[in-house]
Amino acid sequence: MAISVDPPEVTREHLSKTGWTYTFLSDADAAVIRRYGLLHKGAGVDGKDIARPAELLIDPSGTVRWINLTGDLRVRARPEEVLRAFDKIASGKVPGA
Amino acid sequence: MDRKRNFFPLAGFLICLVGFLSYFVLFARFPVTRDVPWANWLLFAAGLALAGAGISRAFRRPETYRGRVLGPILGGLSVAVVGFFLFMTLVASRQLPGAPDAPKVGEKAPDFTLPDSQGRPVALHEIVGSGKPWVVLIFYRGYW
Repeated sequence: MAISVDPPEVTREHLSKTGWTYTFLSDADAAVIRRYGLLHKGAGVDGKDIARPAELLIDPSGTVRWINLTGDLRVRARPEEVLRAFDKIASGKVPGA
Repeated sequence: MDRKRNFFPLAGFLICLVGFLSYFVLFARFPVTRDVPWANWLLFAAGLALAGAGISRAFRRPETYRGRVLGPILGGLSVAVVGFFLFMTLVASRQLPGAPDAPKVGEKAPDFTLPDSQGRPVALHEIVGSGKPWVVLIFYRGYW
């Protein structure tokens, strides 16, 4: 699932271009982004607050099991990295798994 | 006036330009050339070396080679292109705020309900639950 401040119309257009099928959610006033501590103040168009990039793995109990906070816009978690993190946790190699 | 044309500064500048554009159209697509843009650095090194060689021979052997005016101009443009790339990739793309208040591993993910691309509400507490799959939650800057 992906979250940004984009309105659903923008996301619909984006999905029709890319063909991606996972869920995209619209947090237009950035309330959820703020609640997650991931606000990038004034970085959007016209000084709008947007999300800084972040990726989280949430288990079925709703607990955060992995979070990636990049320090560089260009370098975000790739699908393989998320899967590797999941495999590690699922195989019990991480304390508390 | 039978001095030779001096193509090195122009060739060097064009290589720097290719080095700049190729990141966005090609190298940024592959992790191995994206995270550390070494392929672009190599192109820049080659371009600057060529431009430098061209400018050097224009001034050291002015009787043989042309390019004392265009050479430094193209050399300056080459340096500007490389400088802009380095600024974008080493400075501008790292202007991200920290996230000291982001959820920590082991904490509950804050619940939320947000509309999806069709405007249908999606609630985290309805997606998670025993027997249900894990959730990958991605925050992105958006396309506005």
